[in-house]
Amino acid sequence: MHKGVPVTTKPKIPAIELKDVSFWYKPNSWQLQLPALALDHGQHLFIRGASGSGKTTLLNLLSGITKPNLGELWVQGQPLHQLSAAKRDKLRAAQIGVVFQQLNLIPYLSVLDNVLLRASFAGKPGIALQQRAAALLEALGLDALLWQQPASALSVGQQQRVAIARALLTEPALLIADEPTSALDADNRDAFMRVLLAEADKCGTTVIFVSHDQQLKQYFQYELQMANLAQGVMAC
Amino acid sequence: MLMKLARLSLWNRKATALMTLLSLTISLVLLLGIDHIRKEARNSFTNTVSGTDLIVGARSGQLNLLLYSVFRIGNATANVSWQTYERIAKHPQIAWTIPLSLGDSHRGYRVLGTNQSYFEHYRYANQQSLQFAEGSPFAGVYDAVLGAEVAKQLGYTLGQEITLAHGIGAVSFSEHKDKPFTITGILAPTGTPVDQTVHVSLEGIEAIHIDWQQGAPMPGRQVSAEQALEMDLTPKAITAFMVGLNSRMATFVVQRQINEFRGEPLSAILPGVALAELWQMLGMVENMLLLITLLVLVAGLIGMMTTLLASMRERQREVAILRAVGANPWYLFWLIQLEVLLLTLMSMFMAAFFLVISLWAIQDTLAASYGLFISITPFSVQTLYWAGAILLATAVLACIPAFAAYRRALTDGLSVRL
Repeated sequence: MHKGVPVTTKPKIPAIELKDVSFWYKPNSWQLQLPALALDHGQHLFIRGASGSGKTTLLNLLSGITKPNLGELWVQGQPLHQLSAAKRDKLRAAQIGVVFQQLNLIPYLSVLDNVLLRASFAGKPGIALQQRAAALLEALGLDALLWQQPASALSVGQQQRVAIARALLTEPALLIADEPTSALDADNRDAFMRVLLAEADKCGTTVIFVSHDQQLKQYFQYELQMANLAQGVMAC
Repeated sequence: MLMKLARLSLWNRKATALMTLLSLTISLVLLLGIDHIRKEARNSFTNTVSGTDLIVGARSGQLNLLLYSVFRIGNATANVSWQTYERIAKHPQIAWTIPLSLGDSHRGYRVLGTNQSYFEHYRYANQQSLQFAEGSPFAGVYDAVLGAEVAKQLGYTLGQEITLAHGIGAVSFSEHKDKPFTITGILAPTGTPVDQTVHVSLEGIEAIHIDWQQGAPMPGRQVSAEQALEMDLTPKAITAFMVGLNSRMATFVVQRQINEFRGEPLSAILPGVALAELWQMLGMVENMLLLITLLVLVAGLIGMMTTLLASMRERQREVAILRAVGANPWYLFWLIQLEVLLLTLMSMFMAAFFLVISLWAIQDTLAASYGLFISITPFSVQTLYWAGAILLATAVLACIPAFAAYRRALTDGLSVRL
């Protein structure tokens, strides 16, 4: 078992762990291979990859949308490679947050409803999550006046922060971010990175951040190169 | 949350949703409206005459006889002589008869010459007898009793004088101007052709034709109204007559006896059978209409599915977001189904609303021009079946876009292709 450098001695279950994962759409064609990867709670990983390097496939795999053809994939001690599609969807609702490049929000829902969208799938008590949603939005610098506004009324920077609030609502083990800063300018980008990692640290969430932006590497302890992955280089 | 999403998602696409709603509403109004009117028409038809066991006229097809004697449509081919009528009326099995004499009109409304037994024995709908809204049956030769619609449309009141015209056109060139009739009674509405009829006595009909021959005034011979009263006004012929029997058991025996009457060629028909045959003919048209409206509805539904399918492209992002927060593909399936359900239910309510409004609006026109009395509440238990069937059909059709959403959710996953 390959493990990242432990930052704490406490957690016994890694947030995410991959063993000899292979994925392909059609046999004897392009394959995505991930020999080993393990991250503990609170450890953040930067994955650098150009488009076409299997980024989307990796995201679908890590978030449990698709299943690896071979190998093991554990999230919060749950074997994603063995679970049924419905159970993977449930696990994703509770344990995996996703932040897209842009357009993270359903435009016609209010800001608060966009955050709480998750609650109905996670199967956790409503009131507690509503309080947490409010707290998160506030911590992310989104004024309470905005909460009832339709998501489309917000600026791109604000929308991305709402997306963080949604991803972290259920205090998931894992947050997967797919170039979430690509639509932001430099100032917004740095502010975004700071609040993202700060809020993730508060609830011990592991962030897997996929981007081709070399500059963002500085925020992360661990780095991975997509091209290397395919060649079977071990991570961490 | 599913409900909220469906509702707000529809609201977000309000322009297309509204057009879909409109086209569905129109097809539903058509379907329910046609279905309602055809049922009401059937009722109206079969309610026209009841309690009459036989209708007798000169020999002809039973539809022709039914149409001119009951519906005042078309003309008799020949008359029945008064002697024959009197002989048959004396038949021991026959309880009562109503003589009918047609051929004149008043401003487009048919004039019916008859006698007191019309008001006594004529029955419509559920054995209802004729009621007077105002006045009383005719007593004198130049008295007239109006149907409800005639009085209403022409604004006639009791005591007014009217002149009858020869023939049945709305505009007639030969009027019986010299012998005006006084309105003595106005009947209550019945929802049958009675409402559109001017009733006078047989003697009245005889009186206005006393100086006529072969459908034209005899030149050089003028008989004034007063002079006519002095003369013998026993009719020479009538157009047809209705027969009530002592026992219904005798119907077929009496019918055969009349059909085999040696004096002159006659036809006796059973109004119920003739009405059924008439309705069967109209039923073809009615079923065609219903089929067409059903097809319009199907077209409307397919239109809705097309719109939804087309919208799936722009909704890719929604799918990806919902998948990311943990929605499974079936959630997307049910989201689309729910949207379709909402649209269908909304258009059903709108259709019901529009239908009631428009029925209310055309009710009077239908009654006036077609003698068709329809109620403005088009809802019955059958409407519920319709609603159920439509919802079911919609749900089945909605599987197409819903399954597209499901597949999109399954294959596209988190990728948002812009």
